[in-house]
Amino acid sequence: MAMLPSYLAELKETPSQTAGPYVHIGMTPNWSGITGVYPEDPGLEVIKDGVKGERITVNVRVIDGGNNPVADCVVEIWQADANGIYNSPAEHRGKADPNFIGWGRFPADEDGRLSFETIKPGAVPGPKGAMMAPHISMWIVARGINVGLLTRMYFSDEADANAKDGVLAKARMSGRDKTMIGKREGDTVTFDIYLQGENETAFLDV
Amino acid sequence: MSATLPNRVEEAPGFVARDRAQHPAAFTPGYKSTFLRAPKQALLSFDATLSERTGPAFGHNMLGELDNDLIVNYAKPGEQALGPRIVVHGHIIDENARPVPNVLVEFWQANASGRYRHKKEGYQAPLDPNFGGFGRTITDENGYYWFRTIQPGPYPWPNGVNDWRPAHIHFSIFGTGFAQRLISQMYFEGDPMVQICPIVNTISDPDAIDRLVARLDMNNTIPMDLRAYRFDMVLRGRRSTFFENKKEGN
Repeated sequence: MAMLPSYLAELKETPSQTAGPYVHIGMTPNWSGITGVYPEDPGLEVIKDGVKGERITVNVRVIDGGNNPVADCVVEIWQADANGIYNSPAEHRGKADPNFIGWGRFPADEDGRLSFETIKPGAVPGPKGAMMAPHISMWIVARGINVGLLTRMYFSDEADANAKDGVLAKARMSGRDKTMIGKREGDTVTFDIYLQGENETAFLDV
Repeated sequence: MSATLPNRVEEAPGFVARDRAQHPAAFTPGYKSTFLRAPKQALLSFDATLSERTGPAFGHNMLGELDNDLIVNYAKPGEQALGPRIVVHGHIIDENARPVPNVLVEFWQANASGRYRHKKEGYQAPLDPNFGGFGRTITDENGYYWFRTIQPGPYPWPNGVNDWRPAHIHFSIFGTGFAQRLISQMYFEGDPMVQICPIVNTISDPDAIDRLVARLDMNNTIPMDLRAYRFDMVLRGRRSTFFENKKEGN
């Protein structure tokens, strides 16, 4: 493919294909038992020692339309630091906490569960400067998922901010805002992702 | 000096809307695993916010010397994986034809017999003790990537009574924003298994399927050593920012 001048370009995004049942070989090889190639799997840690913010544990479960655990999925997460700054070259508002990574990758276990330690993200500005409620983006890939599924986990202890959040407002129009809210109890947040069925999680097209 | 201030604060621009017609639908009955895993509600569509315009970056220092050489990265010292030796290479560009430099590209595949090194794999073809089946690289400053491997074999899978996957390599690609995150599969030019594969055929547009087929690249083939396959990938493009959603200048 030649490097066309941009005024001539009408390129189409490469089509997605399922990550398949053996996604762990490529994305979390050590976890899948193939050791000695990478020193460690990427994305194991979202935060480092000394990170600023409120420490939380997030427990996620992924469930299919037959109420079975999605035991072979991988979930990637992406979030802002405690001040609402992303650790990204595309972040132009400031530098994120040096002890904050913000991205993680977690394979589900046989019960479709995964868990990670992080800090509660700060609020991030949305359209026209209105603040979005604190949230963690989650992207789910697996056998049987043709295009990776993106959603957000918001926090049950942020009722006021959630009530003003534009994305939750959009989900509320179809009665699905509750599917995007993780339940906070102490330092733990519990979030169930339903791929299908009456509790189907709201997935995003951004 | 106020005279040098730009008109507006620099922001990561949003993305060109994803053309879902280029992608598989969530529910594709020919691929049975989608029956219980495909969402049935409408996706919530909105212009990407900072949460999706930003994304993680990975440094070249995360890479081991052999990470992009699947022929030897799992092999015993002095040994090599068995199979047709190939190099896979190409550009990663966006929909505006701009190269995408410094992004992580990961790949995984079956061995030359079509067997994955995975505990749930049931195919009777043998493992290759010198082949792990995965690697990674980071695109260079021109958005270019390459890795050396063996050509994987086709294999049977439980779907229809007699379904076989064409030879393929899985790819995972990061862009500069989380909205560009993409997983796909690369196929090989001339493989008759491609057109009868239920997973390939989750994509309805034949032109879109064709863009997943790597071309034999004799110009980059190394005589008496390995053949080359060219596979370019396109990530979502960012929009120009002009006067985006601003009533007046900053």
